Formats: sequence, structure tokens, C-alpha cells
Amino acid sequence: MSEIQEQLGLNAGMAVEISQRNRMWRAFRRNKTATIGGVMAVFIVLVAIFAPLLSPYDPLEQDSVVRLTGSSAAHWLGTDDFGRDVYSRILWGSRVSLIIGFFSVLMGMIVGTGMGMVAGYYGGKIETMIMRTVDVLMCFPDLILAIAVTAVLGSNLVNLIITLAIVMTPRFARLSQGQLLKMKETEYVVAAQAIGAKVPRIIIRHIFPNIFGELLVAGTLWVGVAIRLEANLAFIGLGVQPPTPTWGNMIREGVDVLINAPGISIFAGLSILITILAFNTFGDGIRDMIDPRLRGE
Amino acid sequence: MFKYAVRRILQSIPILLIVLTLVFVVVRVLPGDPAVAALGDYASREAVEALREKLGLNDPIWLQYIKFLGNLLKGDLGKSAITGYSVAQQVIHVLPYTLTLTFCAIVFGYIFGVPLGISAAVHRNSFIDYFNRIFSLLGLSVPAFYLGILLMLIFAIIFPIFPVVGGGDFWDLKDNLRHLVLPGFSLGLLMMAYVTRMTRSSILVVLREDYVRTARAKGVIERIILYKHVLRNSLIPIVTLGGLYAVVLIGSSVMVEIVFSRPGLGKLMVGAIKQRDYTTLQSVMVIYAVMVVFINLATDLIYSLIDPRIRYDD
Repeated sequence: MSEIQEQLGLNAGMAVEISQRNRMWRAFRRNKTATIGGVMAVFIVLVAIFAPLLSPYDPLEQDSVVRLTGSSAAHWLGTDDFGRDVYSRILWGSRVSLIIGFFSVLMGMIVGTGMGMVAGYYGGKIETMIMRTVDVLMCFPDLILAIAVTAVLGSNLVNLIITLAIVMTPRFARLSQGQLLKMKETEYVVAAQAIGAKVPRIIIRHIFPNIFGELLVAGTLWVGVAIRLEANLAFIGLGVQPPTPTWGNMIREGVDVLINAPGISIFAGLSILITILAFNTFGDGIRDMIDPRLRGE
Repeated sequence: MFKYAVRRILQSIPILLIVLTLVFVVVRVLPGDPAVAALGDYASREAVEALREKLGLNDPIWLQYIKFLGNLLKGDLGKSAITGYSVAQQVIHVLPYTLTLTFCAIVFGYIFGVPLGISAAVHRNSFIDYFNRIFSLLGLSVPAFYLGILLMLIFAIIFPIFPVVGGGDFWDLKDNLRHLVLPGFSLGLLMMAYVTRMTRSSILVVLREDYVRTARAKGVIERIILYKHVLRNSLIPIVTLGGLYAVVLIGSSVMVEIVFSRPGLGKLMVGAIKQRDYTTLQSVMVIYAVMVVFINLATDLIYSLIDPRIRYDD
């Protein structure tokens, strides 16, 4: 082993790191559902990015001649009440869902983790203040909080991201505070404190890298939650307003013509289901990969 | 136990007070004037001013806040400026529908989820385990309202077995049940997915404990190990997470109520937002928050009952 290391010019630390990374990658590949989830998630992201190239029609283009047609060679998934191509609208709808899902979780992660780490590290009054705020926000079921905040802010893309970030923030705060409390007592943090490292350095260099895995798993799973919440809001009529194609809007419009054209709601809902499923399986897979206790299973 | 319960109840009071304050603030910062919303955009300025006076909107904000808390303590939720009805009466009318729906879903979830979770954990990597994993992943991923629409399409439109919309007459048991089946099933399946998943993982953790190995080593029958050693010890997360999921379910019930046009708190809330009926919105949010605080409290108390370590720790 040492010979190989010397030949490759690696030091022991790097070799350990690489072998750990290899082990994690192997664990991920062995987990079939996670691989499928990961591939599906990447595929959906690519579809969202290349939606303009992939859609055969303009998602907003109305054609009264072909209203509510079923599947055909011209319109694979049929057309809606305004004669718009359902397939194209579904492809474009992925953009809104993913943008809102990703950015709200990212914002929630940054703000919530910051809050949780400060609370956990300093303790005392700061902790009480931050964690009570978190408790209060968590007294509302996610959807109720989202509905209330949307009512205040209004519903456009940016406001929806902010709304869902507000819903996600307390989750991340609670998770990171709990993780930090565990880390705070570890020897390497105590050692860093003893040699006089500053608080931001301890948090960023020593604590954050160790809880990042947990945050990543939760973040991946919560992208699914955020996408579902966005669809819920759109279905109620509080999402991005029509005619912008979003999956939630499409299901709502499809319900009105459910008897004549059930495909609109079914396919739009299926897109949401598959997307959330992809992120859930992917998140589960990363958890198995990161958590050494589960890796051996 | 009693001391712990009292302390836990006292802890909930400041949280509840902050929640009420937050609801008060949120409703006050909503865009638009409630008086204009009630009278319409073409109402005269005098009429709007008179209604503002009547609703107490011209009072200083602190006075409005004190009145809000005082009225809540008296159980007075105010009158809707839009419909003119007492909000408390509206809530009393719809609350049983929401509670029945949520309760049935939770019961359904536990009755079917726990046995499925147990058998999946015991027969690990068998067909039933794979089925359970796929089922619970699907259950965690499907939005409740989408499931509702699919069920509605199949069992109310294609095969008209159940009514499509409405909640029926709550006090007519048969009618009530007929209207409850599809919404209850859409929500119950979600709960079942949660329960199955957590039962499985909770049992798998306990199966690895030393005392299970010891019991096996001394030749205790597998069934007794399962029921006496494993199940009892895996009950704790099943109960505590159950509380957490009940909260998620209350949120999802909003969507199911809307899909099935079923009377309920969620439908009342969404209707209030659309009509800019601020008094109703404020009250419904308060009730939701009180329900969550109560569920969290109950979960903690049950937790301390079934896990004696909690009491001694405190």
C-alpha cells in the first residue's frame, strides 16, 4: 500500500480520504433505488433546463380548433381547454417547480442553519430567543404557514421562494442546532477552543463540514416537500398565476374538465409525483451513503 | 409525572401567546383594507369609514391587540365582516368534519401501517419488505390532493360508487360515512405510508439490541421476543412520530377538503383568504396553531408515560 502511495505521490491522509470517498460512492451505486432516484432527479433537472428545446409547441399558444383533444400524434398528451399542448406545458412546468423547490430550500438552509448554529453554539438567551421563534413557526402546519405568508406577500415566483424559505428555515434551524449540540462536546472542537480559535472559524471549519452531510440529506428530501407545497398553493390558486404553466395550475385547470379530459390532471400530477419520488429516493440514498451504520446493510 | 405534566403545560402558554401575537400581526399586515373588502371597491368613503369604526380598525393597534386577546379568552372569535355570521359558529359547524377526517386517517394509518411495518421488518428483504418500501416511498411522495383527484376519478366518476363532492349531513351516520370514504382514504393512505415506514425502521433498530440477542440466545420463542421485547420498545418512536405526522396530516387535510369540496377548517381558511375575510382567517389560524400546540403537548405527555426515563431525567 505504502509503495503504491509513494508511486502515486499520495500522502496517507489523502489516501484515507479517497478510499472513504470510494466507499461512499460504492455504497451509493449498490443502493439501486438511490441510483434510480439520482438518475431520475438529474433527468428532470435536464428536462427543465432544456424545456424550450424539447417542447414541440409554445406552452402559451392557444388553438381553439384542438380544444380538449386526447392523445394524438400531434399532441402526445392531448390539449387543454384553451387548445394548449399539455406535453409542452408539463415540460415548462418543471421549471417553476424546480426553481421554487431548489431556491427555497437553499435559502431556508442558509438562514436556518445559520440560526441553528448560532443558537446551539452560544446557548443562553440567544438560543432561547432563536429556538422559541422556531417553535412558534413550527406551531403552524407547513401548508397553513405557507398559505398565510403567501396571502401577505402575494404570489409571484420570487415571493413564493421567500414564502417556502420561511417554511423551511425552522426545519433547518432545529436540525442544525441539534447536530451542533452533539458536535460541541467533541474533542476536536474543544481542542480548537483551547488553542484559541475564533468562534466563526470553529463553526465554519470544524463544525459545519461535519454536519453538512445531514443538512444535504434533509435538503434533498425537503426539495420534494417544497415542490409539493408549491403544487398545493398553485392548486388553491395562490401559486404562480396563470397562464404561466405550473404543474399545480395544470391540475387545478384539469379538475374542471376531469370528465372530458382526465389526462391533464393525471399527467401533471404524475410529473409532481415522479419528481418528488426522485428526490426522496435520492435523499434516502445519500443518507445511506453518508451514514456508516447504514452502509453495511 | 404530575409535576412534569404541569411544567410542560405551563411551557406551552408563552408559546401560544407568541403564536397569537404572530397571527394578529400577520392578519394586520395583509394587503388591502378589510372594510373595503367587505363593502366592495365602489363603496362610499363614509360607509368604509363607518365599517372601520364598527370593526374597531380605527383603534390604536395595542388596543386592538388587547381586545383580540380578551375576546379569544371569552371564546368570542368575532363576526365575519363579509358574511356577517359569527366566526365561532362557522368554526363549530366545520370543525367536526376536519376532526373526523383527520382522526379517521390516523386510525386507518395505524391499523394498517403498524402490522405492515412489523411484517416488513421481520421478513426483511422479502417480497413484503420490497412492497412496503415502494408503497411507503410512493405514499411519502404523492400529494394528498392528487391522490384525492385520482380516487375521485375512479370511484366517483368512472364507477359512481361514492359521492363526488361535499361532506354530507354530519349527524346522519350513513351519509357522513359515504362522504368520508374517499377523502379519508386519500389522507389515510398517506398516514399509512408514514406509519409503515417508521414502524419498520423502529423495529429494525430494536431487533439489533443486545437484549434481543440475549433473549434469542436463551431460547425464547421468536413470537414472544417480537411482542414482548421488540414491540414494546419500538413503540416510543411510533407514538412520538405519530404526533408529528398528525400535524402534517392536519396540513394535508386542507387540500383534501378543497378537492372534495368538503366543509372543514381548511376550506374555511382558503375561502377567507380569497374573500379577504380577515376575522375568519385570524380565527382559523389560531385554531390550527392551538391544535398543533395541543398535539405536541399530548405527544410529550404520552411519551413521558410510556418512557419512564423522561420523567426521571427532568
